[in-house]
Amino acid sequence: METKNIMIVGVGGQGSLLASKLLGHLLMSRGYDVKVSEVHGMSQRGGSVVTYVRYGDRVYSPVIDRGEADFIVSFEALEAARWLSYLKEDGVIVTNTQQIDPMPVITRAMEYPEDIIGKLKAAGANVDALDCLSLAEQAGSAKAVNVVLMGRLSHYFDIPEEEWMASLEAIVPARFLDMNRKAFVLGKNT
Amino acid sequence: MKDTAEKRELMLGNKAVARGLYEAGVCFISSYPGTPSTEITEEAVKYDEIYCEWAPNEKVAMEAAFGACLAGKRSFCAQKHVGLNVAADPLYTMSYTGVNAGLVIAVADDPGMHSSQNEQDSRHHAIAAKVPMLEPSDSAEALAFAKKAYEISEQFDTPVLLKMVTRVAHSQSLVTKGERTVPVKEYEKNIAKYVMMPGNAIRRHPIVEQRTRDLTAFAETTDLNRVEMGGTELGIITSSTSYQYVKEIYGDSVSVLKLGMTNPLPVQLIKDFAAKVDRLVVVEELDPIIENHVKTLGLSVSGKDLFPLEGEFSQNSIAAALGEKTLSFRKLDEAIPARPPVMCAGCPHRGMFYTLKQNKCTVLGDIGCYTLGAVAPLGAIETTLCMGASIGAVHGFNKVLGERSEGRTVAVIGDSTFMHSGMTGLANIAYNQSNSTVVILDNSITGMTGHQQNPTTGYNIKGDPAGKIDLEALCRAMGFNRIRVVDPYDLKACDTVIKEELAVKEPSVIISRRPCALLKYVKHKAPLTVDTNKCVGCKSCMRIGCPAISIKDGKARVDATLCVGCGVCSQLCHFDALQSSVKEA
Repeated sequence: METKNIMIVGVGGQGSLLASKLLGHLLMSRGYDVKVSEVHGMSQRGGSVVTYVRYGDRVYSPVIDRGEADFIVSFEALEAARWLSYLKEDGVIVTNTQQIDPMPVITRAMEYPEDIIGKLKAAGANVDALDCLSLAEQAGSAKAVNVVLMGRLSHYFDIPEEEWMASLEAIVPARFLDMNRKAFVLGKNT
Repeated sequence: MKDTAEKRELMLGNKAVARGLYEAGVCFISSYPGTPSTEITEEAVKYDEIYCEWAPNEKVAMEAAFGACLAGKRSFCAQKHVGLNVAADPLYTMSYTGVNAGLVIAVADDPGMHSSQNEQDSRHHAIAAKVPMLEPSDSAEALAFAKKAYEISEQFDTPVLLKMVTRVAHSQSLVTKGERTVPVKEYEKNIAKYVMMPGNAIRRHPIVEQRTRDLTAFAETTDLNRVEMGGTELGIITSSTSYQYVKEIYGDSVSVLKLGMTNPLPVQLIKDFAAKVDRLVVVEELDPIIENHVKTLGLSVSGKDLFPLEGEFSQNSIAAALGEKTLSFRKLDEAIPARPPVMCAGCPHRGMFYTLKQNKCTVLGDIGCYTLGAVAPLGAIETTLCMGASIGAVHGFNKVLGERSEGRTVAVIGDSTFMHSGMTGLANIAYNQSNSTVVILDNSITGMTGHQQNPTTGYNIKGDPAGKIDLEALCRAMGFNRIRVVDPYDLKACDTVIKEELAVKEPSVIISRRPCALLKYVKHKAPLTVDTNKCVGCKSCMRIGCPAISIKDGKARVDATLCVGCGVCSQLCHFDALQSSVKEA
């Protein structure tokens, strides 16, 4: 099987680590070769962060390059736009509609672009946008945005829901499991 | 497919090194944290069989590991590339003494500078110190090479460098775990080998040179280096993560000489490989070390004529340089605002930097989260060089400018960085008496690398109570008469202390003390809210660059999910518009 590429992008501190853990566990337990790559350190302090998840029969590079991503899973609208060039011709952007102002916008050096989602669509990208923050709060915690997004992403995979749930169980502490299950289903079915 | 999956584990490169250390029977690890090397030691400490510690700096860590290997136990230390500069002194002479039990030193380079102040190539240290260097290209190799490094260390009586890069250290790939075995040696007194004074060192140097010849012979046949023959039109010599990019582009369609040991480099293996291919190319990040070696063999080769000396590679960058097609991609015709890292909401450094800016201070900075004090809107740091340089530099700055700078120039340095290499700079100020002011930003943790304990925190790497160095007593012992402690959340107090200490005609230390807002034990106050009737939209609160504050519809707005209620912004508001969301009873 040709290597498939999933990028997870967002703002440092948004919880992308859990999303990549979930995907890593799921894809490895399906028997794929998997590589997950992320960057730690200074970039984590509220900066733009990206995680690469790649899987297939034999994965070499740990990173995804421009034009290669089958999916861009974005925790924040502007971040989806930032990484657009990494999307494959027929790739899909699954994004949270939440907007978080970066420092140049806070200091008013720049404007937060208007209607990002519309512009991504106009550029020809296949965009699946939803308000993950509201759904996460509905599930019981604003922190569950990551699992809402994973639920949404699961739409595009021919993998039974039980397997996603089994991986969720394997990586989420037991006391948060019910809330996360709920978040996953809300993301999937909304 | 399922049954094989259960034996494998998806593992971070750094964690795989730690696993390799465990399996190799390592008993002692001393390190100083530094991205991207930190997780090796943090993962190793989870094995009860391995003693682990954070040392005050890399030099001390390496000397401790040397002592432990001398005593007969396999030992290890890890650092980032610039950390190896600090530890270069013991390394270069340990090359002469050799080891007793195996000693392996991990060094993690950061091409692309994700979290570093330079992009130096650690392979130069291996060449200059004349010690072997192994370079894994994924987690499975990180584990295997860590173990192999101990065999080489003991077989050739040498410390061994294990070179990681960000993309190997911070990528997860599949590994298969093995069992632990613990080889132990006895310590034997051997003055001729271990006392490096001239008469002895002169006799050790030829041994080092012979070892390099022996290791070169080893490099010809070891399975660390391997040829993967494919098409013969193009032959690529590569190592580390570049190997993965090359394979990503070409699969098995070209021939590859994959070097797992990059010092010393083989001779005949390269000549034989070159003879089998029409065109020879070296793909290596940063400096042309393999390429230059190949050229000294009289071979025709491409390398840095095609590839940059700067930055990380990727499959596309290599493909483009080699004239291969890359995928097309979309772009938005719109400027996307950058999202640089920022000081966190509630960061205790913010109040001190605001005060220094208000007092128009020249601030010589250092390495840590607080380097972000250089970023807009604070823009309060004017130099950052290396660990401890703020204190070294402020002394020289004030010595030559005298009264022109003394009343307005400060050094800022974190608690961990101060322990690492600030103390010797402070000794220089105390001894040679420059009228300098040093601000120790004591947030009670090593912040940037992800919360490691240090000698000032009172806890060890496991979080257990440990020795605690008293910063005030230390500065007093050095002869400082003026030592002030201030809470950086209190802007008025900060302003008073800065003004007073800059005004006096003698050296002084200001300890700006408040724990990092991200520490689990730190209790946060309720987030602030904006009284929109009082807020006039003057943006005074925006001058501190807090990510929780923005202006919406002409009024300040506080993001309640980020705000920790530190109250620094409310001290800037002339209209009392920023208030706690919880009314006091």
